[in-house]
Amino acid sequence: MTSAAWVERLHHRRQSVHQEIWDLLDEVKDPEIPVVSIWDLGILCDVTLEAGQYLISITPTYSGCPAMDTIRADVSEALNKAGIQNVTVNMKLAPAWTTDSMSPLGRKQLLEYGIAPPENKVGGCALTPEQGIRCPRCGSEQTERISEFASTACKALFKCSNCLEPFDYFKQI
Amino acid sequence: MSVVLNNTAILEYTLRLADDSLILGHRLTEWTSHGPFLEEDIAMSNVALDYIGRARMYYGYAAELSGDGKTEDDFAFLRDEREFRNLLINELPRGDFAYSTVRQLFIDVFNSLYLPKLMQSNDETLAAIAAKGIKETRYHLRRSRDWTLRLGDGTAESHKRMQKAIDSLWGYTHELFELDELEQQLADQRVGVDNTALRAEWLATVESILSEATLTRPNDDWVVKGGRTGYHTENLGHLLTEMQFLHRSNPSCEW
Repeated sequence: MTSAAWVERLHHRRQSVHQEIWDLLDEVKDPEIPVVSIWDLGILCDVTLEAGQYLISITPTYSGCPAMDTIRADVSEALNKAGIQNVTVNMKLAPAWTTDSMSPLGRKQLLEYGIAPPENKVGGCALTPEQGIRCPRCGSEQTERISEFASTACKALFKCSNCLEPFDYFKQI
Repeated sequence: MSVVLNNTAILEYTLRLADDSLILGHRLTEWTSHGPFLEEDIAMSNVALDYIGRARMYYGYAAELSGDGKTEDDFAFLRDEREFRNLLINELPRGDFAYSTVRQLFIDVFNSLYLPKLMQSNDETLAAIAAKGIKETRYHLRRSRDWTLRLGDGTAESHKRMQKAIDSLWGYTHELFELDELEQQLADQRVGVDNTALRAEWLATVESILSEATLTRPNDDWVVKGGRTGYHTENLGHLLTEMQFLHRSNPSCEW
């Protein structure tokens, strides 16, 4: 599943002259979902070099995302470990993060981790449906929303009527 | 000179928005572990987090504008009651679940109209914060609307509590649609928003939700104002005492 926002990010990365930095940052995972990288989630926006200083731009998923400070520290640490000390991590607010920026790999990893990935209705901000999000465990669409907000702001809580398990759905935003 | 004046005005405006978000966010955190059931407890805490996140972005920008070494924490934790500029509706005690639901409904409808306008601000940072906020507000509004319908058109007891909450909060909603000189000036410069222009649509939306929920819109026969000039209800002082205590007693502590 591809969206314009993702294609644009990928294109931007491929144009960059700092491939080795992007590649090192693939090792930085989201602290709340430790199987998906900040690149695949769309949190990592840009890598530039200004006056000998690497400037890494990241964007928060939700305004109050409590993981940002950890991600900032993890980015510095990943580069420092590779011997790159001159790093500044910068928080970028615009354009606002959207689930459309997630990579196809990121969606697949979420699913394998047990979180239903966002239903990709490109262009519109469709709120979470009350039913029918595919269960990440058994694949049934006989599911219903229990709560608009789940373990983190970026997810909603569903239960599956087929396998009876509850699961998180990564909300489209 | 005009640039300097404008920066001071934008700083003041940003602080007002920051205070609104922080104080409401803090009130919502008071539901954490006190929600009527687990899912709602988590939902309230999540909405609180969105507001506190917004407050941090606004305070962070205010710190940048002030350019005197102040940090977001200085604004949040080291100002006193009279220096806070939040609208009074945000500081009222959380009350029962009906009361918190009605307050969220009023503010969510307001934000669903206000933030799209702020997104068009000439000020890039304010526009960016608004663009993030509106996505969250759409989710907030759906929830507060759903609960208003469920509780308003629910049992006799839930209906009674909802109507009581509406009647006690209505007089505090007028302040949302006021502009003082500074806000008018910023609205004219397309930095801020002309809130007075939002009231008709706010009323239409709120009235339609209340009517669907079998609830009644009160008369406009009493009005309380003062937040933007620092004249608060007694409640804000108590809130700040609790919220600022840790930072004030451990001034250089980070956690």
